[in-house]
Amino acid sequence: MNIDRSTVEVAPPEVILSARNIEKRFGAVQALKEVNFDIYRGQVTTLFGENGAGKSTLMKILSGVIAQTAGEIVLEGESVSFSSPSDAEALGITIIHQELSLASNLNVRDNIFMGRELTKGRGSVDYKEEARQAELLMEELDEPIHPLTLVEDLRVGQQQIVEIARALSKNSRILIMDEPTSALSATEVETLFKVVQDLKNKGVSIVYISHHLEEALQITDHAVVLRDGVMTAYAPRSDIDLQWIVRHMVGESFDLGSPPTGYEQGPTALSIQNLYLSDDKVAGRYVVEDLSLDVRAGEIVCIYGLMGAGRTELLECVAGRTRQSKGDILLNSTDVSHYNIAQRIERGLVLVPEDRQRDGLVPTLSVGRNLSLASIHAFTRKGLTSSSLEAEMINSAIDKVHIKTDGGEAAIGSLSGGNQQKVVIGKMLATHPDVIILDEPSRGIDVGAKAEVFKLLSQGARRGLAVVFTTSEVSECLSIPHRVLVMSKGRISAEFKPGVTKDEIMAASGESVAA
Amino acid sequence: MSYQNMSHHNNNALQVEKGSIDIVKILLEGRAFFALIVIIIVFSMLSPVYFSTGNFLTMSSHVAVFGLLGIGMLFVILTGGIDLSVGSTLALCGVFAGMLLEGVEIEAFNLAFFPSVWVVVVLTCLLGGLVGAINGVLVAYFKVPAFVATLGMLYVARGAALLLTDGLTFNSLSGDPALGNTGFEWLGFNKLFDIPVGVLILFCAAVICMLALSRTPFGRWIYSTGGNARAAELSGVPVNRVKLSVYIISGVCAALAGIVLASQLTSAGPTAGTTYELTAIAAVVIGGASLMGGRGTVRNTLLGAFVIGFLADGLVIIGVSAYWQMVFTGSVIVFAVMLNNVQYSAKHKSSQQAEKTAEIKREGSRASAT
Repeated sequence: MNIDRSTVEVAPPEVILSARNIEKRFGAVQALKEVNFDIYRGQVTTLFGENGAGKSTLMKILSGVIAQTAGEIVLEGESVSFSSPSDAEALGITIIHQELSLASNLNVRDNIFMGRELTKGRGSVDYKEEARQAELLMEELDEPIHPLTLVEDLRVGQQQIVEIARALSKNSRILIMDEPTSALSATEVETLFKVVQDLKNKGVSIVYISHHLEEALQITDHAVVLRDGVMTAYAPRSDIDLQWIVRHMVGESFDLGSPPTGYEQGPTALSIQNLYLSDDKVAGRYVVEDLSLDVRAGEIVCIYGLMGAGRTELLECVAGRTRQSKGDILLNSTDVSHYNIAQRIERGLVLVPEDRQRDGLVPTLSVGRNLSLASIHAFTRKGLTSSSLEAEMINSAIDKVHIKTDGGEAAIGSLSGGNQQKVVIGKMLATHPDVIILDEPSRGIDVGAKAEVFKLLSQGARRGLAVVFTTSEVSECLSIPHRVLVMSKGRISAEFKPGVTKDEIMAASGESVAA
Repeated sequence: MSYQNMSHHNNNALQVEKGSIDIVKILLEGRAFFALIVIIIVFSMLSPVYFSTGNFLTMSSHVAVFGLLGIGMLFVILTGGIDLSVGSTLALCGVFAGMLLEGVEIEAFNLAFFPSVWVVVVLTCLLGGLVGAINGVLVAYFKVPAFVATLGMLYVARGAALLLTDGLTFNSLSGDPALGNTGFEWLGFNKLFDIPVGVLILFCAAVICMLALSRTPFGRWIYSTGGNARAAELSGVPVNRVKLSVYIISGVCAALAGIVLASQLTSAGPTAGTTYELTAIAAVVIGGASLMGGRGTVRNTLLGAFVIGFLADGLVIIGVSAYWQMVFTGSVIVFAVMLNNVQYSAKHKSSQQAEKTAEIKREGSRASAT
């Protein structure tokens, strides 16, 4: 019996890499301390932690970008040290960054062999052999993309798989993936996870980093949780759940809140009527089709949808960046369809864009000047800006949205993601809007900051602010909104009250169909 | 494996090195100023005539032309653009002013029209503004890359200047007391309170522009447009109007420079100011502005213009050949840009440091809260 069972039982996975007492200091600043964990062959180890918890520092140490101050990395029983990422790659450790490092003007084949071109003696590149190997790799990954396809013609998800293929072509045994799903649609995430499963079966170990906790839990075998540079927990998948991770990440129980109540909602503040928005890419198609939506003062509406559902396009149109092809947008019963962005802001309609680096922040301006950017006229007297009035405004904004900063003069780059997001929100709130629309306000910010942002929105609603925000995380639909709308293919496909379940929302979004 | 809890936190990391006064940083930030000092000291040692009020004033009136062009260029560069047409615009405006001073004959009515100097100045500035407006419309509304749009204008304006004069130079800019259009030389040649009028024009323009950049909403719009046009637009900044405006400002500055130069030389030629656009860009860059936009000040651009002007004139005074002058000036420009990179990457590093500090502070506050 015993003998029988031992053959059935899977042999305990073997440790391929161990981090032993890893410590990292930047000058006098301690960024990592006493980090100890193992990476097993053919298994996924996920690093959890808020922004600034030390995940990226740890990742950079493991991949040879920076060196640890103390402690050692043991690879297959031997202590190793890397002086550069190529050292780590030579030992089979490859990192795939969030911003992919592909040359989009080159094809798949050239990207896979970039910098390590196969040659036929005399220095001429053996394109045929490269193409053959590239094709094999892509087939292995179940993504049969032709090796001569230009990378810029691929979807982000496919590009990611090309990166993985490149890593595999270097015989990587450990793959570090930084936020690989942040730009992927649900279907693409599915594909990626299948690839991850394949890689595991091949004995490749994966170090996974994600803000999307639920998603990461689906594929991880081990969890390492970091908080403020210290490893707070390390456990196998079977011992943990979402609450466990969050508890160790934030160190306190967190709650995204519930719909604010105890006050009367006002009249309709924003009314979108039969809105059509044509697709730039395909003539005659609409990205938003016959969409109507009324939001009352003091109401919080959440729009849930997958990527490509038309949420961003809808919000950018409402804010005035793009013009609708048909339909009206009414703000406090005034048609604002022909107003530009500045006029809409003046009338009280503001947008917090999805990509804060690209659309939200001016990196060359200080925290304070970013905050005051949308309301310069409020502190301008006789054509000149008043620095005292501005400072007053900035300080009250920093205070109101709880930005952790050394003051208005600090560089915007010195803030964490969550605080940067609060700067963008604070900037728009400083214009005293009636309606605020936010595109994925929780993207790329940690749980604590997310809860704070939602609290801010609740407070705003209590004061009569109409709030519309979009999200791709179902858990957020069940927090503060009074109403949950599901958007799919440019239309609103369902509307729910707060008591709705996650499954109902996901079903209405077409997610289960994709799955 | 090893499970560690909060008690392991230690806040010793709070003691981030404040550092004593960082000399390297001061030298780096004030480098245009220090470069100017070094230039003055070196040439004063090499030549007995360099260090004198008279020479400084002469050199400053040379700087006036580059300074005016540089200030206009700064506005454009702050938005992330470039204006290659200012040298040609300067020439076009110069000959336009010369033409007006010689009198405009309207043959159909058999009338000759001699505008007074102030009218000439205003009309010339309007022409400069118009040239800039064409650049601005091309860049802001037709989305032509600034480099290409203003490169085209470099040729067009130069061609127009040559067409206006048939390739000749206007030499009689003094006007005629009988016609009431005298006094043009006064602008570049004469002195007011012992200072060349051209230099005073430069400083007036500089003060106005400084105020516009640092104290008006328009100035803030320029910096934000250059820093991140998309974010600026979504914050209600009229990005296209800002871009149009900066090219108009650059055009007007070029017109002013053209007037000053023509007045200094008492002649207006269609080939004046060739390659001055590059000198203007150099002044802006030496002043530490970023060609990517969003960073730079009028004060530093002026310093940049003085560095170039005082260096060039110094080399002339000590008798260095014109060929070597070009080599020196070129080296200074490249060196300046190199220092810009050092400065910005240093800033980047210090902001990363600050991020770590903030992180540690958060840790501290959280620990004390629990």
